[in-house]
Amino acid sequence: MDFLVFQYPMITLQACLDGILLGVLFALIAYGMALQWGVMNIINIAQGDLVILGGYIAYFMYLYGIHPAWGVIVAPVIMYFVGIAIYKLVINKVVDRDLFISILATFGISILFMQLMNFAFGADVVLANSGYGTTMLFDNNVVLPNSKIFSAFISIVFAVCLVIYMKKSKLGRAIRATAQNARAAKILGVDTEKVYAATFGINAALCGVAGALISITFTIHPYMGLPYTIRSFMIVIVAGLGNLPGVAMSGMGLGVFEEFADYILGTEFRIGSVFLLLVLILVYRRFKLSRKREYLK
Amino acid sequence: MRLNKIILSFVSALVILFSTSVASLAKVVGDKIILGAAISLTGKYSSNGVHTQNGYNMAVDRINSMGGVKVGGKTYKFDIIYYDDESNPKRAAQLAERLISQDGVEFMLGPYSSGLTKAIAPVTEKYGVPMVEANGASRSLFTKGYKYLFAVLAPANLYLDVAIETAVELNGGKPVRIAQAFEQDAFSQDVRLGILDAAERTGSKIIIDDKLPKELNDMAATLVKVKQMKPDVLVVSGHTKGALTAIRQIAEMKVDVPMLAMTHCDAAKLSKQHGKNSQYALCASQWHKSLTYKDDFFKDGMTYAADFEKEFGYDPPYQSAESSAALLVFKDAFERANSFDQKKVRDALAATNMQTFYGNIKFAPGGQNVDKPMVLFQVMCDASGSCENKVVAPLKWASAKLIHPIPKWSER
Repeated sequence: MDFLVFQYPMITLQACLDGILLGVLFALIAYGMALQWGVMNIINIAQGDLVILGGYIAYFMYLYGIHPAWGVIVAPVIMYFVGIAIYKLVINKVVDRDLFISILATFGISILFMQLMNFAFGADVVLANSGYGTTMLFDNNVVLPNSKIFSAFISIVFAVCLVIYMKKSKLGRAIRATAQNARAAKILGVDTEKVYAATFGINAALCGVAGALISITFTIHPYMGLPYTIRSFMIVIVAGLGNLPGVAMSGMGLGVFEEFADYILGTEFRIGSVFLLLVLILVYRRFKLSRKREYLK
Repeated sequence: MRLNKIILSFVSALVILFSTSVASLAKVVGDKIILGAAISLTGKYSSNGVHTQNGYNMAVDRINSMGGVKVGGKTYKFDIIYYDDESNPKRAAQLAERLISQDGVEFMLGPYSSGLTKAIAPVTEKYGVPMVEANGASRSLFTKGYKYLFAVLAPANLYLDVAIETAVELNGGKPVRIAQAFEQDAFSQDVRLGILDAAERTGSKIIIDDKLPKELNDMAATLVKVKQMKPDVLVVSGHTKGALTAIRQIAEMKVDVPMLAMTHCDAAKLSKQHGKNSQYALCASQWHKSLTYKDDFFKDGMTYAADFEKEFGYDPPYQSAESSAALLVFKDAFERANSFDQKKVRDALAATNMQTFYGNIKFAPGGQNVDKPMVLFQVMCDASGSCENKVVAPLKWASAKLIHPIPKWSER
């Protein structure tokens, strides 16, 4: 236990800002997961692997001399089609099935993606340098890499665009209708098959954006997807489906929680603390539900 | 009754077939000495697995083309059976079992990484199969009392203690304040133990002692503490991820520290991926091509590097060099034992005392090489931004003078 984080106000501030910037990025990945979970009732274990694939797209652009920031435009376009392809090949066969089947199917996709990425891109850890520099605040006591600020900004832009799109566009309305009641939507003429494909595509595109941002801010590696899946799962569990402000808040909350856990318990407990929090929240939810049940009795 | 007879003869036919097929694949076939190796050709260690395999292959070709191995007045050539362990320890142990009990291999070469070597060592030990390994440096491999395990490389705890000793020396012999961050895996934790020993020896104080998770890609919290507490040395070990993440975030957060020492700079292609940001980082290495060790097969480090590049198209990392050295050790041991008896070869290996282009090799009773010190190189860049690794310690091989303390970010 180390309480250094509370002894210096600047470190507390640094931890909060780092956490928020990180959390916004997590929230973007989680939003994709919440969307497709809500619409198709599928928990996508391969979410993190889609993120990493997006990261590789930005990385290869960087290798060929294009600034990796353009990855946030190119990666979602490519990933959208990758998402549609995955839907057509696998997901459409499990979409109406038991949740367990879809978890197994996406788990399989996850393993396949890891191995394919390893085969195609090699097992080296790579990163794309943005050359964005650093912002120093409070007499150089708080340091924010501009790449993190850029990531958070782009994540917010994409999230806002998506919210508007879901509210205003025809497809957005169809997606929301399908999420509410797929059968009723079908009766009213919504082509749910197309809606499902588009939803999965949009989710993959969001993962692509997040991946491009991660290649700029952190590192990527074919086997690094799982922690992103877990974090987004966690955020969605806390926020609930279809609750976008909830996803954003719980994303940032998780980011700050992780940072503080890192300072107080040590970096080795960072991911562990996320798991612990997940367990606590699930237990709490169950406890709350059982009280409600008692009341109903 | 008749049915029983049929079953019995079928089973015995199978047994005979199986035993003859094993015999036909045994250790030495005709003029070939067959070695076995489980290597990570896929999975997370595949890059280093391939470096290891290239190192082995390069040495096999060289030894075979230069006369092979002379045992009992006859000349033999090396051959290796490879299996892909998928970077998975369980799979590696199964494959070692298969190499020994099905393929009849009686001499083994090591896999890549301490974790996989740890998985294989109990198997080779059980069957009394001598294994020369080149990529498992974890100290725990050498404290288990294994009799058939020999490692050509220096153990992990020696990786960075040179850095601490150098820092103390540069501090006028006075103790230094150390910040350290190590991944939670067998190798990095052994490097950490080495630093703890060095700190105790020199009276230095460890002021930050962070453990990094395996999924490490953010060590901002550690670096904030470093900024606040201003240690004299920052030591980081977390394989390639650790090296890349540390350099990226140190540069982004403008963390000023007089000395930065790390592992795996080579494998992370640090100077290529980070360019000038990686400048001044001190890196522990088992080998560097500029070292002046010599042997009859590869001549010296520079020649080895040139030949390797000609064959495989890239500069050899130390993982390849040490793998090549493992074959030289086997050749030497076979010739001294003048036999293929596993016990005799094992005893000959234990008595090894030789120089290779990679370094001197002499095994302690635990199996680790005690005659080859680690080297430290520093990443140095010129004005055009091209960076090179230059050996700075030990002084005997230094090709450049250590730059210390590292200039502040505001002055760069």
